Formats: sequence, structure tokens, C-alpha cells
Amino acid sequence: MKKIRCALIGSGNIGTDLIYKIQRSLVLEPVWMVGIDPASEGLARAREMGLKTTAEGVDGLLPHVLEDGIQIAFDATSAYVHAENSRKLNELGVMMIDLTPAAIGPLCVPPVNLREHADRVEMNVNMISCAGQATIPIVNAVSRVQGVGYAEIVASLSSKSVGPGTRANLDEFTYTTSSAIERVGGAKKGKALAIINPAEPPLIMRNTIYCLTEDEPDHVRITESILQMIGEVQKYVPGYRLVNGPIYDGNKVSVFMEVAGLGDYLPRYAGNLDIMTAAATRTAEMFAKEILAGKIKLKATEAV
Amino acid sequence: MSETKSLQGRKVVLHDMCLRDGMHAKREQIGVEQMVKVATALDDAGVPYIQVTHGAGLGGNSLQHGFAPASNEEYIAAVASRMKQAKVSVLLIPGLGTMKELQAAFDAGARSVHVATHCTEADTSPQHIAFARKLGMDTTGFLMMAHLNDPAGIAAQGKLMESYGAHTVYVTDSAGYMLPEDVRARVAALREALDPATEIGFHGHHNLGMGIANSIAAIEAGATRIDGSVAGLGAGAGNTPLEVFAAVCERMGMETGVDLFKLMDAAEDIIVPMMDHLLRVDRESLTLGFAGVYSTFLLHARRAAERTGVSARDILVELGRKKMIGGQEDMIMDTAMTMAKARGLEGVA
Repeated sequence: MKKIRCALIGSGNIGTDLIYKIQRSLVLEPVWMVGIDPASEGLARAREMGLKTTAEGVDGLLPHVLEDGIQIAFDATSAYVHAENSRKLNELGVMMIDLTPAAIGPLCVPPVNLREHADRVEMNVNMISCAGQATIPIVNAVSRVQGVGYAEIVASLSSKSVGPGTRANLDEFTYTTSSAIERVGGAKKGKALAIINPAEPPLIMRNTIYCLTEDEPDHVRITESILQMIGEVQKYVPGYRLVNGPIYDGNKVSVFMEVAGLGDYLPRYAGNLDIMTAAATRTAEMFAKEILAGKIKLKATEAV
Repeated sequence: MSETKSLQGRKVVLHDMCLRDGMHAKREQIGVEQMVKVATALDDAGVPYIQVTHGAGLGGNSLQHGFAPASNEEYIAAVASRMKQAKVSVLLIPGLGTMKELQAAFDAGARSVHVATHCTEADTSPQHIAFARKLGMDTTGFLMMAHLNDPAGIAAQGKLMESYGAHTVYVTDSAGYMLPEDVRARVAALREALDPATEIGFHGHHNLGMGIANSIAAIEAGATRIDGSVAGLGAGAGNTPLEVFAAVCERMGMETGVDLFKLMDAAEDIIVPMMDHLLRVDRESLTLGFAGVYSTFLLHARRAAERTGVSARDILVELGRKKMIGGQEDMIMDTAMTMAKARGLEGVA
């Protein structure tokens, strides 16, 4: 079966884990890995896994896009360089999946709104953050039953699973995730908290989701909606698990989740890495299937 | 030469925590008027720095940490406008508070900040420390739960904070777990590693009754700034009681610049009557100190105990075993529920 050929930009934890996810896909094929340091371990590993590599950033990839038939690119660099990367690749008709907090394209949480983005043939979609992917489905599961005036999420990440880019730019993580809780989760106001825990052995990613419903919460319908949504996420992240709750305290609904990864690049505790790369892969697969079926066609954006 | 004599003439900068750490002990329920009353008394007693925010700092108002009756900006503005000499400081924990909130706090009158990270995660603070410096604030890097990193590790983390621009690096005994030797070793390692112009501070909790002794040990090893709280109003068994510490300093010939009797009066006449519960080393706060658990977890554990039927002490010990750190207050109810299920106490949560 024909596959859609992909480029990965950024050879850190996320980029490397993506190679494993994309290699397993029936409709995607990883072809290029783009880095900026010729001596980086990530580029060496990508070469070992059969990818072509460049250490000259996106500019090193551009001359090969057309000849290698690259149609989808994943950007796991930083918010500061993403806009330029996206502009250059969009001009060549490559669709961008943004795993940085740049969020210049629409925000995507697969079980909530992926279908809409594919229908509109968006050329850039943003995957928000690991915490966003792990918690927004639950916020949406509550807000689709009844109005949520305020939602707050707490993500606990193991220290070993959080790379230098996220650490140095924690505010961007907070802003992007808080905004997505509102725009995709459907809460009127959103707030995101992140905690990095260095315990050894590393702790599995945990997420707590609090929603304040505007009216008395309908316990039965909300619980049913949450369980159904967890099933949807489990289709691409099997280790997405309800630990406790939902519990109801007045208008407050609390849900305690755990995300174990598949253990592809980092061990299973790094569910935060997995849920991000798995959601990005699922998003790419939806676009790829539509392209392969001839239902959508990617269009190069005009150079400005 | 005895140690007592060796500290003669040393200057110590006191930083009061009762309007920030003390918020934890009051379930975040200190009102603006009450804050102004406390702060003006401390200002009048000559305390040079007074921290004023939600217990969890900037961005602290949340379901996770509780909602205070006023915003941080309201508290800061009300207090700062009344200060004759004291500087108002704030707490900022990256991952919770942001630079936007720091700007707002500065605009309201805050001039000093503790940028706090867990003791191994200093590299989550470069943006915030650099931004505080850009605003011209007195900037501290605050290494929390410092017992969970060894002296060399603390020195390396402090060095990072210094490289981001911190004027001062603190050893923060959030669990009230440390003994004087632990404090001395960490402060000495920092003193060895940091630029001589960078100051070192110590923030204690009194869960093992060691607040004063640990602060003295810190000064002996080179610290020049000490956090405390008048009447100890703070999380767990409280912070190092500031008026007691000031008295000890005076006995040892150290200079704090505060009026001891005025500080005693503030403790007795204002702070103690405010307390919801008598702050002392009791069964649960002692458990914090003994098991190395974040002091703020105390009241949360009591609430989780009421809801699940698992004792607060058992919950705290389990949180210590699971190595939960500051900010993970959600894991208190989660842990209690999991323990209740395992003990067949179903249907309570």
C-alpha cells in the first residue's frame, strides 16, 4: 500500500519517539530527520533507523522536498522557529503538524476536533502540549454534557521526560495549554498547572482535571461521557487510564488520570511524550488516509 | 573561639513569610485589611522584607491550591502603598505563576521575588529570574525541598540560578526535615560554588522544632538572609518563628535591624489571635518533618482523611514514600482514595 512520506524536524525526545510511531503506521513513512547539530545523538539514531538526515535545519531539507515527495512534516523544535519552518514548507505544499507551543494553526485534539481540521484541509495544525492532549478530552467530555464555567488541569511529569526546550519555556506551555482548555475543551475559563517531579524510579505521567459546571452536575451523564471519551483516547494511547473519580463535590467534578506510554523511545513512565507523538501521528494518519483516498488534496500556500 | 562569638556583628536580613506561607495555615483566607494590619506592624518593627501573596504565590488562586478572598495584585497594592521602609516580595513557582503575573505584581508594588523550583529543577526558572532582573527586582532563586538533593547537587542548581541572574540563592527546607548538619553542608557547598557577591538564604519549617537552630547553622556556613514568620504563621508546624529568631540573634550579637519588642507585640496581639488552629508540632506536622513531606500538604491531608476515612498520618507517610513534591496537592486526594479502595473503605469518596 502506498504511504505518505514524512519529514521530522527536531531530533530531540519528541522527534525520535515519532520515528517509532510513524514507522508502525500503515499510511505514513518517515523519510527525513532534520536537526541543527551534526554530532547530535538524535540524528545518528535517525540514520541508524534508515532516515535521511540533515544538520542544516529546515533549509537543508527544502531542496529535497519535491524529489522525495514529502507531503507531511512534524515540527518538534521550538515556538521561536516554527513559524519560519511552517512558511517555507507550506509554500512547497507540505502540511505541518506543529508539536511546539507556537500554535499558529488551529489547535487539534484528535477525539474532539480532528475531523473538522481534515475536512477544511488545514495546512498547519497545532498539537498544543502533552498536558493539553491528556486533559482536554476530559474537559470536553464534561462541557459537551453541560456548561463548564472554569476548568483547571494539573499535569505531573517525570523529570527525565521533560526536555530542555520545555524547561526553558514553561510559560509558553502554560499559556498554550490554558488557552486550549477554553478553545478546544469548551470551558469558559481555563488554567493549566505543570509539576516536574524528579523521583526515582520515575513516576508515570499523572493528570488531574477539575471542572466547575455552571449548574448542578448531572453525575450519570457526565460519568458516562467521560468513560466514553477515555475509550476514544485509548484507541491511540492504550495506557490512558482512569485512576480515581470522577468525584463530585457541589459543582466541582474531579478526574484523576494516568498516562503510561508505549515505551518506544523513552520508558513507559513518559506518557507525556507518548500522548503527544501518538496524537500527532493519529492526526497525520487522518490526513494521509484522505489524501490516499483522493478525498483531499494539499495545496501549496502562496509565497508572501 | 566559640561559635556564638564568631557571629558577633554579623548582619542578617530578615524576610517575613506570615502573609504568604501563613496563607496556607489560614486556608488562604486572610483578607486585605488583615494583611495591611499585619504588614504595617512588621514595617513599624523594622522588618526589611515582607512576602505578600497567595500561599502558592503568583497564579496560586486555583482549585488545586484554593482561592483567596482577593487577588494577589489587590493584596500587594494595598500593602505596598502603606510601607514606610519594608519592601514587598512575592513568590513565583514556574509552572504555576508566569511572567505576566510577575509584571502585574511589580506594577502593584512588589520589588522582590522568590523564584521557586524543586531542588533539582532549577532549569525551569531562567525566563522568570531574567525577567525579574529586567524589572529591577531583588531576585532570589529558591530551591524547595532541599533535603532531596545532596550538597553538591544543591550547589550545581544554585549555580544555574546565579547564571540566570539571581542575586540570592536559598536553601529551602519545605518539609522541615533538615537537621543543622544538613543545612550547614548545603549552605557551605553553595558558598563554595557561588560568586562571593551572590547571597545565600535559608527558609525553614519548624516541623522538627529545628527552625531556629537550622537558621543559625545556615548563618554559620555563610547565609546572610533568613526567612521566618512572626509567631511562626506558616505551613505545617509553621516557619521559623521570626520574633524568637530575632531574640536569638540579639543574644548572639548579630544585627537584624528589627525592634524585638515590637515584633513580640505583633506576634502576640495580631498574629496569634488570627490563627485558626494553634500552630505547634503535633502528630501530623511532626509526621511531615519526620517523613520529609511538603509542609503545605498538612491541611489537604486532613481534608482527604475526613472524606476517605484513611488517617492523615497514613496519607502523609504514603505521599512521602511516593516522593510527591510541592504543587502535587491533587495527589493527596488521589492517594487517599486509592488507599481507601485498598482498605475496603469503598463508597466514602
